[in-house]
Amino acid sequence: MSIKLTIMDEMARVAREHGTTLAPLNDDVALLDSGLDSLGIAVLVARLEDRLGVDPFTTSDDVQFPVTVGDFVKAYEHGTH
Amino acid sequence: MSTARTEAQPLRARVAGMAADAFFFDRAAGVRVADLVCGTSLQGRLANLRGRAVLIATASQLTAALALIELDGIARRLLILPPDVDPDHLGALIAGAEIDAVVTDGTVPPQLAGLPVRAVCTPSIVPLAAPPRGCKCTEWLLLTSGTTGVPKMVVHSVAALTAAIAPRASAEPVVWGTFYDIRRYGGLQIFLRALLGAASLVLSSAGEPVAEHLSRLARHGITHLSGTPSHWRRALMSPEIGKIAPRYVRLSGEIADQAVLDALCAAFPHAAIGHAYASTEAGVVFAVDDGRAGFPARFLESGRNGVEIKVVDGCLRIRSPGAALHYVGGAKNAPLHDSDGFVDSGDMVERQGDRYFFVGRKGGIINIGGLKVHPEEVEAVINRHPRVRMSLVRPKRSPFTGAVVVADIVLTAPSAAAADEADLRDDILKFCRGALPRHKVPAAISFVPALAVAATGKLARRGV
Repeated sequence: MSIKLTIMDEMARVAREHGTTLAPLNDDVALLDSGLDSLGIAVLVARLEDRLGVDPFTTSDDVQFPVTVGDFVKAYEHGTH
Repeated sequence: MSTARTEAQPLRARVAGMAADAFFFDRAAGVRVADLVCGTSLQGRLANLRGRAVLIATASQLTAALALIELDGIARRLLILPPDVDPDHLGALIAGAEIDAVVTDGTVPPQLAGLPVRAVCTPSIVPLAAPPRGCKCTEWLLLTSGTTGVPKMVVHSVAALTAAIAPRASAEPVVWGTFYDIRRYGGLQIFLRALLGAASLVLSSAGEPVAEHLSRLARHGITHLSGTPSHWRRALMSPEIGKIAPRYVRLSGEIADQAVLDALCAAFPHAAIGHAYASTEAGVVFAVDDGRAGFPARFLESGRNGVEIKVVDGCLRIRSPGAALHYVGGAKNAPLHDSDGFVDSGDMVERQGDRYFFVGRKGGIINIGGLKVHPEEVEAVINRHPRVRMSLVRPKRSPFTGAVVVADIVLTAPSAAAADEADLRDDILKFCRGALPRHKVPAAISFVPALAVAATGKLARRGV
């Protein structure tokens, strides 16, 4: 599974667990409009660390705070290189 | 209760009239306690320690026990050194407690070689020509189980340390065992209970594996056994647990959740199971014997054994004859009590119906985007899952919420396959979601073979 698909899969799962519905996602959707709130995103990042072996938001200082879903995915694509 | 006159007597005198068949054992030796009434383990150095501030720095618990019995009422002060103290802190402790003598049982660490009086304690008891003359009330100095820096020292009297010890109820022989080290408050209580109850006591030896310790407890026919919930969970994972059949099982030092109480009840169906609440500063506060977690709310209304309890901002405060007197050394100016004489325990509770439940430590709260979580309350839920033996919940840094909670879990039996692990992870998370608001549900779960238990017997917790 590609990094992007893994992230989407895990997003859907966290949304399900938190009892929310995901918005139709594309790269330009603001992360906080995705259907996950900041706790949901924090949980998502912890889960992705288990699946992808990396947490780009705490391991590196120069990663930009992600604004859109696209930014979020890019952080992982750069982080796992 | 003992009379005030008896309590003022040194331990040696209090033991003198008791049953002669009590022994203290460790892996290597056994000592008949009655032999100490008119004997010495200190190789002719007892008189040199009179009026001194003595550091008890033995390698073994047994020799520490012997030295404590002998020196109460002889020394001015006894500073009891637990085995895990950072050697770099010895200098500050010695200076702070004005130590001028040391008892060891082997090689003397270089930091102690300069002390004016040194004595060696061994388990071979030599008769004394005359019982030693008493000095006065000896101060007992204990280290608190704080986390970093030089440990704080608190002063206790033997009267305070033994305030919660009731006279022995039955004539049946008692053999105490403790997973705790007797050089910390929880273990010291068991040492004093055994000593003043004319019971035998089986001590662990440094580095002794759990299985071997349990086998030895079984050989000595242990009847009463004490440890922290972490000690007990570890013991329950040992096949040797089936060899022992205590009549009384005691937990203290950490929150006893319903899962560990139920597991002990299943393992020892004929035993009375009690959890005690105590701290080095506040002393023994109460014991709960109904097999349920938490404690009855009526404990707050009616003082028991002169102990008063109140809840201030969710935190237990205790005023007790068993409390420590004051700090010494670097912390000597820190207040131990509030202006009304209550000790702030730092232990937070929540009332549910007619019962209070411990939820965690004031200093251990994890902040998740402004919402508070006690790791212990999440652990209590996880531990109720049938396949979980024990768990550690800890904060993990998150730029989105400050922190999230993650859990390390030890299973009752290791998982056979990765697929099973994934299902189990989902099942435990589902279990948590059914019992906790979502910010308290672990963001991630790791299955680990074991969790570190600190020398204090408590789960080793680290900060963010």
